[in-house]
Amino acid sequence: MSLDQNEISKLARLARISIADSDTAELSQRIGDILDMVDVMQAVDTSNVVAMANPHDAVQRLRADEVSEINQREHFQAIAPQTADGLYLVPQVIE
Amino acid sequence: MEWEVVIGLEVHVQLNTKTKIFSGSSTTFGAAPNTQASAVDLALPGTLPVLNEQALKKAILFGLAIDADICMASVFDRKNYFYPDLPKGYQTTQMDFPIVGPGIVTISLSDGSSRDIRVHHAHLEEDAGKSLHEDYHGMTGIDLNRAGTPLIEIVSEPDLRSAEEAVAYLRKIHSIVTYLDISDGDLSQGSLRCDANVSVRPKGQAEYGTRAEIKNINSFRFVERAIKVEVQRQIELIEDGGKVKQETRLYDSDKNETRAMRSKEEANDYRYFPCPDLLPVVIEQSLVDQLKTTMPELPDAKRQRFEQAYGLSSYDAALLTTERAIANYFEAAADAAGDAKLAANWVNGELSAALNRDNLGIANSPVSASQLGGLIQRIVDNSISGKIAKQVFEALWNGEGDSADAIIDSKGLKQVSDTGALGAMVDEVLAANPDQVEQFRGADEGKRKKMLGFFVGQIMKASKGQANPGVINKILNEKLGG
Amino acid sequence: MPNHTVADILRGLEAKTFSSEEITQQYLDAIVAHDPRYNSYITVTAAAALEQARAADLARQNGSGGLLCGVPIAHKDIFCTDGVRTSCASKMLNNFIAPYNATIVTKLAQAGTITLGKTNMDEFAMGSSNETSFYGAVRNPWNTDCVPGGSSGGSAAAIAAGLAPAATGTDTGGSIRQPAALCGLTGLKPTYGRVSRYGMIAFASSLDQAGPMAKTAEDNALLLQAMAGFDPLDSTSMQLPVPDFVGGLNKDLKGLKIGVPKEYFSEGLDPAIGAAVEAALDEYRKLGAEIKAISLPHTHLAVPCYYIIAPAEASANLSRFDGVRYGYRCENPKDLDDLYTRTRAEGFGAEVKRRILIGTYALSSGFYDAYYRKAQQIRRLIKQDFNEAFKEVDIIAGPTTPNPAFALGEKVSDPLTMYLEDIYTIAVNLAGLPAISLPVGLTQGKPIGLQLIGRDFDEASLLAAAHQYQQRSDWHRQVAPGSV
Repeated sequence: MSLDQNEISKLARLARISIADSDTAELSQRIGDILDMVDVMQAVDTSNVVAMANPHDAVQRLRADEVSEINQREHFQAIAPQTADGLYLVPQVIE
Repeated sequence: MEWEVVIGLEVHVQLNTKTKIFSGSSTTFGAAPNTQASAVDLALPGTLPVLNEQALKKAILFGLAIDADICMASVFDRKNYFYPDLPKGYQTTQMDFPIVGPGIVTISLSDGSSRDIRVHHAHLEEDAGKSLHEDYHGMTGIDLNRAGTPLIEIVSEPDLRSAEEAVAYLRKIHSIVTYLDISDGDLSQGSLRCDANVSVRPKGQAEYGTRAEIKNINSFRFVERAIKVEVQRQIELIEDGGKVKQETRLYDSDKNETRAMRSKEEANDYRYFPCPDLLPVVIEQSLVDQLKTTMPELPDAKRQRFEQAYGLSSYDAALLTTERAIANYFEAAADAAGDAKLAANWVNGELSAALNRDNLGIANSPVSASQLGGLIQRIVDNSISGKIAKQVFEALWNGEGDSADAIIDSKGLKQVSDTGALGAMVDEVLAANPDQVEQFRGADEGKRKKMLGFFVGQIMKASKGQANPGVINKILNEKLGG
Repeated sequence: MPNHTVADILRGLEAKTFSSEEITQQYLDAIVAHDPRYNSYITVTAAAALEQARAADLARQNGSGGLLCGVPIAHKDIFCTDGVRTSCASKMLNNFIAPYNATIVTKLAQAGTITLGKTNMDEFAMGSSNETSFYGAVRNPWNTDCVPGGSSGGSAAAIAAGLAPAATGTDTGGSIRQPAALCGLTGLKPTYGRVSRYGMIAFASSLDQAGPMAKTAEDNALLLQAMAGFDPLDSTSMQLPVPDFVGGLNKDLKGLKIGVPKEYFSEGLDPAIGAAVEAALDEYRKLGAEIKAISLPHTHLAVPCYYIIAPAEASANLSRFDGVRYGYRCENPKDLDDLYTRTRAEGFGAEVKRRILIGTYALSSGFYDAYYRKAQQIRRLIKQDFNEAFKEVDIIAGPTTPNPAFALGEKVSDPLTMYLEDIYTIAVNLAGLPAISLPVGLTQGKPIGLQLIGRDFDEASLLAAAHQYQQRSDWHRQVAPGSV
């Protein structure tokens, strides 16, 4: 199994990763190899098996509604690519 | 052709917790940009979410209020998409196992009828940050203070059939969440926002038409206008031989039109899957039972009680119960006044007009419920007339006195009921108007009643409105009828 | 010095044979002199380390030092360290100075450890050879033509080369145990939920677990003692008491039932490794353990299951690297889309991009049930295999890897055979169980690892079993030829 150019472009689009045309063939092959490898799962009857999302079937713990954070804007924005007036800047977003 | 409008609403309600749904940052509105964005809210590498207990409880309360099933093991999922105001690149929300299952919201329409609107489910999720499109050297600014604010998204079935019903539904949701005190319900701050799924179909057709989703409408008025204009657009489009596209649209209130959103053009695939950083939220029945005991009286129940206990019309009762604070005010005023119907008239009339005029909420009313009650008491015991009462109310509003009694005293507005003093006034007026007296005496019973009003008016004028009309009538009848 | 264990150093500090500053300086000097050969460190924090060491010496004098007061260690560069670059071996985070500490970094610092620096790894922990690092491959001190394993390859190589006595690692599919095996070390993957994940850059959230790597089981116990425990910042961290791991090391093994799954000795296993494992099992018999044959019938599904679940979770976990708030941003993005797609294309390496795309595929509409849900169901079957086995036995034993360290470059072009190197370790992560790898032999001069798998939250039994084996063997005392 290998994915066609279209499928690869769709995945790349969803993942917001630009992919050079020259890389598509190899990528398609490698992803296809993995899909072939995982295909063995399809032979297993799992109709009565409950999906397991977490190893311990544990339950969510709750946090008290109390403010524990302080303003660290300067500290956090010191590592930001681009800011102004306390805002993170990105190329113009058009709705 | 006759068209039927089909509307479903997705209402986002910000919960009024102190902190965010998954972090301990404050949710206070209006802070300087990114000063309430913690490591978790910024999605710094390695950070993890922990669920806020109050957010969960508030969502359960909403479920109980709409008589819904509470999901005893709800699950948080990741909804994957890229947007600069969504720091993790996914929104933590609930897809397959939302906290609140199917429920019912009853809406009241202006013709006095009511309808049950089905709620498909309500789920907990995190709000996104804000994109500020003002020009930052050709760039967009991102403020993540709002990112992570807890929301419940309430998804209705496509049961609404007009813009009016949609507004009534939204108002009802607003009234439920503010009664429950799970949201401040402040639309101007975005505490309640809605997306409307709108379609039209020929009347009688079973299947739905293609729907357009109008995003992010944030006022009752705009909901009505946006839906109306979108319905109009769809009908015209179809009648011109076109087809409605399934798409996301924005309402432009300045132009009063909807337009397709550019950024949502491509079909998205959100790739929902259970969030591995959060575990299933398992609720004990005892928690639900305990929350039930804290449930306040809800608008529908309160309205019924107001009708029955106070003998109010359903219209008055509905007006008084849209907001919990107004209902509470009314009850306090009615208690103090000893006359509920009069109190209802005053709250829905004079008070509500004054609040609107000065753009104030009931919480900031300059006239307190006990002050208003005291004022009404004086009408009931005939100390002042209704007309004088309005003067007293204005004086209270302007802070000219602490109580109606104080103002009545200081301004000398007490009604004159003394027969001696009023008798003299009557004599004076009769003496000054001999022609009218003559006419009156010659008139038949029917005409006399009308003419009596002339004399009463003259006496009221002479007394500057303070004469007790009942007493004047009695004296006049005696003197003229003799 | 090269043979120093953490326990040796603690004894030396206690006896005032050397100060923390002295031993720390020795390690820092060794790193400067020898690490160019191994490339095991991405960042060395020499000045801060010496400052911490002086403070530790003072604390020890005052008697206020913690359990590990004055012991220099290294942190895998996946743990956030306040004020220090935390790169995850990716160009994406090459400029990322973490603004906070991971919980385990804080805990180890509180116990008195000195941070020598941040160790190399596979980019975002995605790899089994440490060849996907933006900072270049790491070499195995036992044979510099070979890989050290991965993804915690830098931590493993640093210890094996004598450039740190111990280090932290993370294990999502074998990333502590496999490099420990390939570098002749002892490394423990604790039970999922035993150690906080807060501040550890996520690869696959339901599989990731931090743990110690060192020469001996005793050192592992010392480090785990400091690392383990409930963290309110991590919803998946378990509220359980932390046993006295060090105190439990000599718990009698008489009557211990060790299960040996037949599926772990199938084709693809290097016979020399099979023989070394058998020999180690004989030692356990001598220690009074009972060896039983068992079966874990869904073993062959572990690698397929993992290569859906891990990439799926990763595809979402790595979405936050978008060039907006921190990390790499492409030059002159012409619009928002360009910012996203070019930042991520340029910032991530090939293997990371591949896994993001596979994960995206497995979650996408129309494929979710066939891939992601199916994998989660298989995951339960795998866990059930272990549950059944643990009704019969206390510990499960087998080889850690099917092969010893392979040559650099050998498997780069064939990721599938690389993935199969994790065949014995991956099921343990899917089931959330604790497991330890310890050295039990050499083949062609390359170390062999024995893997012991325990019941949920029973790290103590694994540490005791490994420790007592190490009391009767000296494989863990063997020194890599390249060691300083």
